[in-house]
Amino acid sequence: MPTGNSSILKDGLRAAWPICLGYVPIGLAFGVLAQKAGLSPLAVGVMSALVFAGSAQFIAVAMLGAGAGIASIIATTFAVNLRHLLMSSALSVYLRGIRKRWLTLFAYGVTDESFALNLVRFREGNWDWKRALTVNHVTNAVWVASTVAGALGGALIPAHAFGIDYALMGMFLCLLVYQLRGRIYVLTALVAGAAAVGISLTVPGNSYIVAASVIAATAGLFIRRRWPSR
Amino acid sequence: MMTTDYFLLCLGMGLVTYVPRWAPLVALSQRSLPRWLEEWLDLIPAAILSALILPALVTAGEPRQLSLWNNDLLVAGPVFLFALRTRSLGGTVVVGMALYWLAGNVLG
Repeated sequence: MPTGNSSILKDGLRAAWPICLGYVPIGLAFGVLAQKAGLSPLAVGVMSALVFAGSAQFIAVAMLGAGAGIASIIATTFAVNLRHLLMSSALSVYLRGIRKRWLTLFAYGVTDESFALNLVRFREGNWDWKRALTVNHVTNAVWVASTVAGALGGALIPAHAFGIDYALMGMFLCLLVYQLRGRIYVLTALVAGAAAVGISLTVPGNSYIVAASVIAATAGLFIRRRWPSR
Repeated sequence: MMTTDYFLLCLGMGLVTYVPRWAPLVALSQRSLPRWLEEWLDLIPAAILSALILPALVTAGEPRQLSLWNNDLLVAGPVFLFALRTRSLGGTVVVGMALYWLAGNVLG
């Protein structure tokens, strides 16, 4: 694998484009919404840069609009983003021996999207932490820029153009396909999906992501231990 | 609006988001993990992706309700098959967008 800075940047950009494409409409929509809630473009940029978490930001703006207090918004953000704990745990397997300060920089960009993409690349080989870090920070830059653009004049941009709203779903579907490398993974995914739907229909919020993933991986581990041939 | 309160809010949100992203990276990458934990973590990506995707496809509304007839779900079938056959990430994204756009125009 080439180690030059330009090839690292090129590989990172080439990998990151589906995420960037998906972030643009969501970022614009967030900016428009935040601006309507009374936030300036600067305020939007500050939140996007400090938090970098799509759904939590949407929820925070809605809560601000409803007059919620700072403490309750922060507590909600914590609950909504706790799922990253699982993602960073899974990524850590591929980040052995990396210096702490790089990990500190890397952690900032761990999102649903960068996690799924980087994990697949790491597993396929031909991927290293510098390329993964590029993905994290390129997607972050696109997120910050799209949200600010949305706050500046997003209402002028036609929404829902060219099916762009489906970009991230398309990416997730393909990344899921990459994960189905054997019966045990298919089984785990099925359990997770069923549990997630069940929990999401009964419990408000997004705790279903963590709950269903933990249930499914634990069930999968149990089955794998019990019937090792799978 | 960009008051001190707002800045503190963003700082707090950033902190509680960052720590769960950071702690496992630093704690787990510096040591070797027990075999069961590695196997468990190996199953996490398939589980998380499925847990992210499926509710987004088959539930809608607030509070969420089951919704088995919508464009997101309709398009997901062929897109999934396309991904299975081609294993192309970029292709899947583009085909997904095209079908979703088409579904929006044809079915409304």
